[in-house]
Amino acid sequence: MYGRVLKEIEDLILGSLGIVCFLSFFVGGVVSIQTALNIDSTFIPENLVGFATRQSIILEFSPTFMAIILAGKVGSYITSSIGTMRVTEQIDALEVMGINSVNFLVFPKLLAMTLLPIVIIFSMFLGIFGGWAATIYGGFSSSAAFIEGIQLEFNSFHVVYAFIKTFLFAIILATIPSYHGYYMKGGALDVGRASTVSFVWCSVVIIVVNYFTTQLFFS
Amino acid sequence: MIQIKDIHKEFDNTPILKGITTEFKRGKTNLVIGQSGSGKTILLKILLGLFNPNKGEIYFDGILFSSMTEEERRILRREIGMVFQGSALFDSMSVVENVLFPMRMLTKLSEAEMIDQAETVIERVNLIDAKHKLPNEISGGMQKRVAIARAVVMRPKYLFCDEPNSGLDPKTAIVIDNLIQELTKEYNITTVINSHDMNSVMEIGETILFLKDGNKEWEGSNQNIFKTNNEAVTDFVYSSNLFKKIRKLYL
Repeated sequence: MYGRVLKEIEDLILGSLGIVCFLSFFVGGVVSIQTALNIDSTFIPENLVGFATRQSIILEFSPTFMAIILAGKVGSYITSSIGTMRVTEQIDALEVMGINSVNFLVFPKLLAMTLLPIVIIFSMFLGIFGGWAATIYGGFSSSAAFIEGIQLEFNSFHVVYAFIKTFLFAIILATIPSYHGYYMKGGALDVGRASTVSFVWCSVVIIVVNYFTTQLFFS
Repeated sequence: MIQIKDIHKEFDNTPILKGITTEFKRGKTNLVIGQSGSGKTILLKILLGLFNPNKGEIYFDGILFSSMTEEERRILRREIGMVFQGSALFDSMSVVENVLFPMRMLTKLSEAEMIDQAETVIERVNLIDAKHKLPNEISGGMQKRVAIARAVVMRPKYLFCDEPNSGLDPKTAIVIDNLIQELTKEYNITTVINSHDMNSVMEIGETILFLKDGNKEWEGSNQNIFKTNNEAVTDFVYSSNLFKKIRKLYL
């Protein structure tokens, strides 16, 4: 079991770091550029760019939109790998050997996905760093103003809230794709179909859960 | 020995098995034959416990399967080896890891003992040179041999094979058939093989159960299948020109 969990951490968590870091850096940059370009008024302080970038990245982009992106990457991988095992009778083979196939296949993935907040830490850091880089090199604001903005009225609960959300999304990302893979019927074409359906359901559930957690923690 | 009594199974009110009664003997290769859709695979899956019958009883060495607790069934499954039609090898594991897998999951043997046992079986199926290869790096016949090695590595009491030589050339198919028969004798296993391959029937059909439309149509052995007057059996057996010619010569 220990080995399988490590293998899943490698596939699901470490394997996602590259794309998460890449996307976070550039989206952070775009968020800061868009914010800077859309504030013309001299009454609005320059540090708003850093402030808005930090809030967008920590509260929504890193936890929620990264989870949706990972629904495409990790979710599809889980559904297709379990679905292929179903199609090629590997799950039946496990059952015949007297091995609890759900426990064997899904539980290590669930455990591995609970490390998703670590990925989100990287996403938050690189998103804000990307925002800083784009702001400075684009000449939209000074480094001091941006850094002042990201420190402005910092509420550590926002990070805790982001981690709570991420943890919930991690459970969604492990279970919904596993369900669609495990209970799929048919052949190779249906594996692709199941991956698509699982992505759609993951996205819908993540967005709905995001709405309710936001209501719960901020209303 | 496995005894089945009056097994019925239906899906969506469509009867698939209509009261099958037979017994599969220990130390023999028991073949279940019939056309596609005759209910062979469903019968095998019922024997494996993957489906529950709507009616009927299954006895594994005199013990009624339906009376077993979940734990007893789990223990029984550890005494069952299965060779799937598509081999069902774990893609991410090498040949030796596939064979080691049931031992790693279900026994408390030391790693050295497990490797020793696995290598003995891999050698028995003549795959020792390919033991570090992945399933997609070996041929279909070799994959079948790995599946057989994995199925027998735990010294099962019962071995089930679902069309073990489908998709194989006739020569490799005979190698697989003979290997299954030899292992059945060596380990004194109750072996049940689903097949619609007449070569298998001729080679290893010590007892044969012929299913048609979910009914037991005929029962016998490869010694008397050519002599039967049962129309459904003769239709099936002599469906190819080759066997029609053999029949002419035989008669």
